[in-house]
Amino acid sequence: MSPALVVFLVIGTIAVASSILVVAMRNPVHSALFLLLTFLCVAILFVMKGAEFVGAVQVLVYAGGIMVLFLFVVMLINVRHLPDERVLSNFWKGGLLVGLAVFLLFFTMVRPGVFHDPVASDQALRTTYTYRHRKVHQPDGTVVRKLIRRGKVVGNSEAVGMALYTDYLVPFEVASLFLLVAMIGAIVIGKRELSAIEEENIPAYMLERSETEHEVKEAMSA
Amino acid sequence: MHGIDWVDVGLSVLKIAIVLGAMLNVTPIMVWVERRGSALIQDRPGPNRVGPFGLFQSFADAFKFILKEDMLPAKANKILYTIAPMFGLIPALTTIAVVPWGRPFTLPGGRLFEPIIANVNIGILLIFALASMGVYGIVMAGWASANKYSLFGGIRASAQMISYELSLTLAAVSVLLAAGSLSLTDVVWRQTGSFVLFNVIKLPAWNIFSPAMWMAFIVFFVSGFAETNRMPFDFAEADAELVAGYHTEYSSMKFALFFMSEYMAMATMSALVTTLFLGGWDIPWYTEPATWVGFALSVLSFVTKVSIILFIFVWVRWTIPRLKYDLLMKLGWKVFLPMAVVNIVIVALFIARGWL
Repeated sequence: MSPALVVFLVIGTIAVASSILVVAMRNPVHSALFLLLTFLCVAILFVMKGAEFVGAVQVLVYAGGIMVLFLFVVMLINVRHLPDERVLSNFWKGGLLVGLAVFLLFFTMVRPGVFHDPVASDQALRTTYTYRHRKVHQPDGTVVRKLIRRGKVVGNSEAVGMALYTDYLVPFEVASLFLLVAMIGAIVIGKRELSAIEEENIPAYMLERSETEHEVKEAMSA
Repeated sequence: MHGIDWVDVGLSVLKIAIVLGAMLNVTPIMVWVERRGSALIQDRPGPNRVGPFGLFQSFADAFKFILKEDMLPAKANKILYTIAPMFGLIPALTTIAVVPWGRPFTLPGGRLFEPIIANVNIGILLIFALASMGVYGIVMAGWASANKYSLFGGIRASAQMISYELSLTLAAVSVLLAAGSLSLTDVVWRQTGSFVLFNVIKLPAWNIFSPAMWMAFIVFFVSGFAETNRMPFDFAEADAELVAGYHTEYSSMKFALFFMSEYMAMATMSALVTTLFLGGWDIPWYTEPATWVGFALSVLSFVTKVSIILFIFVWVRWTIPRLKYDLLMKLGWKVFLPMAVVNIVIVALFIARGWL
């Protein structure tokens, strides 16, 4: 058994166990912290596969950004007032069904693979491809334009960048647009209308805010 | 790739020992500098009884920390309360691993000695990833203490760190764009040498002197204060409002760990500012020879720069009062974030025109 396999087994076990504990824990803060542990383990698995860029981004974005926001919200809820007698919700049968269906879906879709040491796939993860049309002389004397793909071994981050900004540019931009829409939506939902009494008593800087809110709403309805 | 033999392992252990030793000693030295520095600024003597110039005051403090009773609040979450200080310390200790602290030179065996623990090609990403974990120590401590002031400190810390992390990272992006690499070694090598400004002054080719990147320097430096929870932005502890914030309930060595991680995070931030904007180990107007002499001189240069930045940290703490919380958010989102983004565009323009 290679050392990499041992690390994989240990980290993989921790990742699976902590992701189960995320839903099994009663205290939401504990759930959030186990989710953090899951993210960190997944990041280690990425690094083991030679994708250190994705691993670092995983920690930076999920563990460092999103999870902090989760904790922020969870800590603001007063945990002591949550009812904690009930273990299962009313919908547990449906939830079990959906969970089983999703598991089956993943089980059939994900290719079963064989564990191999990280070095084997290293080259492919570091390669960027450039496409170029070339005139190619056929054996029968005709000249054909052919698309030639040329690979160049560079760093991990360069490879990810090239893939994102060439082959997957449209999905990438669409995803960023979705995020922008979600952000604007959250801002619009988060701002509330003020009553007449409130509007008289609030300080000036809050009025400025409600004015911009009206402007945004008018712009959205137009 | 050549294989790894015992000499490589020994060199790595040596490098780790040097950096770890330096990082662990930052805290007592900085505590002394802070107390004497504040005394200097406030025109009073400061600690001057224990040892020469009060130098051993920090050791006396350390003994006091170890000997004090370790209290555990009755309603605290015991596990999280205990691991929170460790969670705060680990990111502060490990981020320094990818910062180069001297010029590489060839050892007598023909082997290249690189004064950096881990020369990974995603260096800066690794630093930001680990630094973003630093907030968990504070948040966990604040929540596990079962104290309203602590909880407020933790919530403030998480909001503040998320806000300023953005401008910090975007400010670093300008530098990385100019260097064309995520590796901090490349960033430093690009800043060696000098350039002539307006045919008059010969300046070192540091990023801070570059007309494209001084704005990024301001954003990065000030956001660094916010990320390390230092004075104009120390809302996580804000002693006038929150008693002591997230570490109100902590005592003895657990409190000392928070103390240590604050100063280590400060040292890491200073090393980062030095590496990204002040040329790292580069000595201005001088080309270091590629021998151990050049190595020693470059390490000295690096340590000097870091020390100066660390002193500025202390200086600012005792000079500038704490901001209001809404001003902090306004500054982060409405001033620094646009500044950092504009700076990226400027750097991109400079690169497109071939000026960088």
